[in-house]
Amino acid sequence: MAYSEKVIDHYSNPKNVGTLDKSQKNVGTGLVGAPECGDVMRLQIQVDDSGIITDAKFKTFGCGSAIASSSLATEWLKGKSLDDALKIDNMDIVEELNLPPVKIHCSVLAEDAIKSAINDYRVKNGLEQIKFQESLVH
Amino acid sequence: MLKLPVYLDNNATTPMDPRVLESMLPYFTEHFGNAASRNHSFGWEAEEAVDYAREQVAKLIGADPKEIIFTSGATEADNLAIKGVFEMYASKGNHIITATTEHKAVLDTCKHIEKLGGEVTYLEVDAEGLIDLKELEAAIRPTTILIAIMYANNEIGTIQPIREISALAKKHGVLFFTDAVQAVGKIPVDVNQDGIDLMAFTGHKIYGPKGVGALYVRRKNPRVKVTAQIDGGGHERAMRSGTLNVPGIVGFGKACELCMIDMVEDTAKISKLRDKLESSLLKLEEAYVNGSREHRLPHVSNISFKYVEGEGLMMGFNKNIALSSGSACTSASLEPSYVLKALGLGDDLAHSSLRFGLGRFTTEDQIDYTIEQVSSTVLKLREMSPLWEMFKEGIDLNKIEWAAH
Repeated sequence: MAYSEKVIDHYSNPKNVGTLDKSQKNVGTGLVGAPECGDVMRLQIQVDDSGIITDAKFKTFGCGSAIASSSLATEWLKGKSLDDALKIDNMDIVEELNLPPVKIHCSVLAEDAIKSAINDYRVKNGLEQIKFQESLVH
Repeated sequence: MLKLPVYLDNNATTPMDPRVLESMLPYFTEHFGNAASRNHSFGWEAEEAVDYAREQVAKLIGADPKEIIFTSGATEADNLAIKGVFEMYASKGNHIITATTEHKAVLDTCKHIEKLGGEVTYLEVDAEGLIDLKELEAAIRPTTILIAIMYANNEIGTIQPIREISALAKKHGVLFFTDAVQAVGKIPVDVNQDGIDLMAFTGHKIYGPKGVGALYVRRKNPRVKVTAQIDGGGHERAMRSGTLNVPGIVGFGKACELCMIDMVEDTAKISKLRDKLESSLLKLEEAYVNGSREHRLPHVSNISFKYVEGEGLMMGFNKNIALSSGSACTSASLEPSYVLKALGLGDDLAHSSLRFGLGRFTTEDQIDYTIEQVSSTVLKLREMSPLWEMFKEGIDLNKIEWAAH
């Protein structure tokens, strides 16, 4: 199976690899996936007082598509409001990266990681967790 | 000079040796006869070529030429051996013993036998991939007709105790079949010294052509028979009908001859390169060899690089290096290698494995390049791996509740 150029580009030059200080109140961390399944994504956001994501970082254990999905997600998150960040749909990632059907779960994982990071931020800041529909593809 | 891309997937298939191709060419055009045509020179030439190849093939494994049944490959030979014995010896019993790490061609054939009312015992293996001889003997019943244990495993290269297995089979009057696809031509295999009754092997793993293989069927002590699975003109002593693939058989024969001539030299060279590759890669932290290092084929190394995922790892260099991974991220099932899991490896380690299969044409330059590429990609991906970070922070990954997936 050949990878799309965009996947190769994100894999070769991943954007925003790294770690934010998870003890900070303005940092939300999402850790999704499982080692047994062959992919684990950790996505972190840093949010300013007005609810804008000022920084995003990721680390991913997984295939090239999983790495590319999380790299792309961090790119998209930076500068977005939390509300807009919630609108990122896994199918947007599939489309942007030209992921084949067997790799759709990578995009689902990225969407889950975003939501999980936002909820972590909300809990830290005394807000209620948002209930999401269970992911269909896993 | 370094030749790219580097091919290190020789357990999947080998490139054809140019000397093999050369031997085959006349049999496509000039000597195109049907080996079963008994009435003219075209047929005689083809038959003669097949007879010669049969001798070359038999010689490599210490067999009599009459004991070689040509097939389309090892999958067909596996099917013929297991289904053929099951049918032929139905009056004696219906029980077969095999192991969980066999190739799918054996496992799925055994599953088929179960559907037909046969009984199959699947032996577990230890952490090195070896079966337990005591368990094997305990599994033998009065109705056992066949023990089917591979000579050496395709994923990890572990060599089973073939002579001990055949001795047990003989002691209990059970036939012994071995899928020797990965072993024949790479290490000395002798059907008499090894006590083998039936054996499957193939051309394309030994620098010969694809689409041709053989089943060795013992003719003496005991005389073994299998029921044909393909009916027709009664070729191959009526055990496998179908017009013989003359050019393929000629190439298979030549490939066997070359293996016999070159084995000592090839093995010395290849195992030296394999050991260099392995010892260099094991210098990386948290890298582990899968399978037995003592009882192992000389050209195989299967290594898990903990905290990086195999497919992601291969993507770092697969433009220039071809190998395979125990991670099955590409398949719809997302299940990692059943062979690695049978060793007791956790799914995480199975997902992190690479299989290096060296061959006759692997060069030292290529191995040096592979060491450098794999090492740097592992380091790069670990910098990107949340699991590596947690490991470095001393977090026990087994204690984390991972989201059900």
